[in-house]
Amino acid sequence: MFLRQSGIHHASYSADRALFPIPFDRWAVAVLLAFGLAAPWLVSSLTLSTYLLPWIVWTTAALGLNLILGWAGQFHFGYAAIMGIGAYATVHGTRHGIPFEIAIVLGGLTAAAIGVVFSFTALRVKGLYLALSTLALQFCMDWVISHVPAISGGTQATLQAPPLKILGQGVSSETGYYYLALAWCLLVTVFMLNLKRSSLGRALVAVREKDFAAAVIGVNSFYYKLVAFATSSFIGGVTGAVLIFSFYHAVTPEQFAVNVSIEVLAMVIVGGLASIIGSFFGAAFILLMPGLMNALITWVSARLGLGLSVETLAHLPHAVYGALIIAFLLVEPMGLGKLYNNVRNYLLVWPFGYTRK
Amino acid sequence: MDWTLFAELAVNGALSGLMYSLVAMGIVLIYKSSSVPNLAQGALTMLSAYIVLAIAGALKAPLWLAIPLAMAVMFGIGMGIERVALRRLAGRPIIMILMMTLGLDIFVRAATMTLWGGTARPLPLGISDAPLFLGPLLLNRAYVVGALVALVLFAVFFFFFRTRRGIVLRAIADDYTASWSVGISVERGVALSWAMSSVVATAAGVLWGSIQGVDQSLSQLLLKGIAVAVLGGMDSVGGAILAGILLGVIENTASGFLDPLVGGGSRDLVVAAILVLTILVRPHGLFGREDIERI
Repeated sequence: MFLRQSGIHHASYSADRALFPIPFDRWAVAVLLAFGLAAPWLVSSLTLSTYLLPWIVWTTAALGLNLILGWAGQFHFGYAAIMGIGAYATVHGTRHGIPFEIAIVLGGLTAAAIGVVFSFTALRVKGLYLALSTLALQFCMDWVISHVPAISGGTQATLQAPPLKILGQGVSSETGYYYLALAWCLLVTVFMLNLKRSSLGRALVAVREKDFAAAVIGVNSFYYKLVAFATSSFIGGVTGAVLIFSFYHAVTPEQFAVNVSIEVLAMVIVGGLASIIGSFFGAAFILLMPGLMNALITWVSARLGLGLSVETLAHLPHAVYGALIIAFLLVEPMGLGKLYNNVRNYLLVWPFGYTRK
Repeated sequence: MDWTLFAELAVNGALSGLMYSLVAMGIVLIYKSSSVPNLAQGALTMLSAYIVLAIAGALKAPLWLAIPLAMAVMFGIGMGIERVALRRLAGRPIIMILMMTLGLDIFVRAATMTLWGGTARPLPLGISDAPLFLGPLLLNRAYVVGALVALVLFAVFFFFFRTRRGIVLRAIADDYTASWSVGISVERGVALSWAMSSVVATAAGVLWGSIQGVDQSLSQLLLKGIAVAVLGGMDSVGGAILAGILLGVIENTASGFLDPLVGGGSRDLVVAAILVLTILVRPHGLFGREDIERI
């Protein structure tokens, strides 16, 4: 229908290799981009700071995890710890007078350096054991962050992030925070979009499919696993810092605990492995769902006069969250990105569906 | 160094380690038959303790009756989980299976909290608090009982795997496809292993619930269970027992000496460090089978 493919002929290689070969996709991306840029004037500031901003930040985190999980096929159950390292490094840097722009890069590099430590287990084992060892490293990192006073400022301490200054200009409005997060999200999204047509992306996919076989055809799987861990940790570290400076404004160890790791993992799985638009969907789903569920359950219980206790109301959304992960894996294991693709593939040739048969 | 303190820490560590291997045994039973690493075992342990309390409360049943009834209920729950959630994922990539057990973990934990609330409840088994004296060493009676139960369960499984049904399970563990081709119902075998591990989880839940009270922290036994299971080898029940003793001794003595230095809370760190080191040095554990991979 809108996605008409017929009559589109690529006359040059560059047109054939374009990121969005179909005009409709280009228009859709342009409209979405325009909406993203104009959002501070289109939506209320409450919506901006409680829905759009966290959605964009967590999408970036999901994209970073998707790089290691979806493209390189290496499990990472400690992604929140990596984000935490980046956040703490950046906060400490800015507190010691380093400008924010430099501190955030340093934070990303610190996260990348420690993320490479995670990858040493990846060189030795894969699959289940890699998942378990990264999970164990997450526990170690949690412990180190919360028990070393030089990092966290003592157990149960909250470290205030200094006021955000970019290029010497103080940024303190919700709009400013939103643009910071949006800029970083766009950068990561463009990087990920280009990944699948670069040699790095192809090498990562080869390693994902089978690392020994990749080695046989001349892809150094050891090197690419390291690169994948370092790159995704850099993205994670910077995202952690952006999360602190634009959303939380103070950093505590619980913000990066093991359940956060699992939440980001759920975003990637629900969105779809190695799917970029899926990461956007997945992050939106996992972030918005508990709030919507809460509202729905409260409404239903008030309507039917169930008189549910406060404790039940507090835990029921979590149960639904777990049940939805289970349901997704059973019904559509490839996630929301695959559902979107199904619709898109159907519309590509509509109404001449038989041409696909 | 105070050798009496050291010995006391080591012996109590070994006993509590045997109780960790109750959790690990559940993980091993499932992994052995279906290669599914069950990250929901901690949640199942917690659920079983709540079910025991619910049965004891609702039927006014004494605990000796409530525990077998809860085991029967958990048997059904284990089978149900396998039937609904895991059977359709057979042959899928391991990340899907891991995510499924994580989803189960979240679901079971939150559903338990929704039904029964999060306040800690006592589960008195009638074990006296008075310490047991072994020469100069003080032993915790609850740990002694728990360790004995773990050993008894190990003996039960030792003989079970020599019965006809046990041999069927071993065949499934050895080769899925070959078992199918000789007419073994693999699905039923895997369901049975889930049910058995849920029953083992009940034993773990009751014993740990009597020691630390029944609340959400019971599900955090998962990390220790996983560490023990990996250290012993994911497919070895005997390995889980020995690794439990080993991990318990290391954990208790190391944290006994580290805690005063770092201000407490080093237990989880020691366990996580042992898990990472095991995977780095000997991924298939002490007694596990080393898999050779084809390209």
